[in-house]
Amino acid sequence: MPVDASAKGKRYPPFEYEVGKEKIREYALAVGEDDAVYFDRAAATGAGLRDVPAPPMFAVVYSAGAMAPAILDPDVGMDFARMVHGGQEFVWGEPVCSGDTITTVAECKDIFEKDGKAFYVFESVSTNQDGQEVVRGTWTNIVRGI
Amino acid sequence: MEVGDSIPELRVTPDRFLPHRYAGASGDFNPIHIDREFATQVGLPGNILHGLYGMALVARANAAAAGGDPRALRRLSVQFRGMGVPEHEIVVSGTVSAVDGDSVSVDTLAEQSGKQIIRNAVAELRLG
Repeated sequence: MPVDASAKGKRYPPFEYEVGKEKIREYALAVGEDDAVYFDRAAATGAGLRDVPAPPMFAVVYSAGAMAPAILDPDVGMDFARMVHGGQEFVWGEPVCSGDTITTVAECKDIFEKDGKAFYVFESVSTNQDGQEVVRGTWTNIVRGI
Repeated sequence: MEVGDSIPELRVTPDRFLPHRYAGASGDFNPIHIDREFATQVGLPGNILHGLYGMALVARANAAAAGGDPRALRRLSVQFRGMGVPEHEIVVSGTVSAVDGDSVSVDTLAEQSGKQIIRNAVAELRLG
């Protein structure tokens, strides 16, 4: 059965996330970051940052609210029982710091079939309160045995 | 850094409750990561690590190689293969594949018990 690619190009509503110092601490501890900049405001400003920075992969935290409606969209129609997160890319821009408001927009960029698998590719673009791009994510999910 | 140089290895053994802490930190409460019984019912060896946790370790290893500055990591792409589990050591290793001025590319992978859990990872670092 050919994969239904009709959701290709669909965009989802923007999701706003306010970045907090204690959420950064919680995330940094979970992934084992130990640099003082992630925990101590004075260390962060001493390193030339506006405030405590988010570790780069904190991108998944502020992007999640924008990605969930795309991933779960019945128009996309992924079969979750046979789905794996196949690949991920992030391209970082302006650093994200405590106090920032990050707005993320998700889009279904591509749906295609290859070697009996369906590939679903989503893009997220996150910008800060000044309109600067902070990260661009490419999320590839693979459904086997179509 | 020069082409062919290795970055310092990162070795981490996630404890039994790491997937629960990462679930809280990331908001991803998929039961395959935090419920051993559910995970075994769907054919997994037990509750498995979040793939994006493994990617965070790859990001850490690369940022550390660039001096630890959170601004140093400019791009990271990975492929998830296999699955990671708690309580077994993960080793992240990488080799510099290209140098262009202050921009460095590093081919990276993460292994656990001899199996790759993240492969074909490419990091772009900007040295400050």
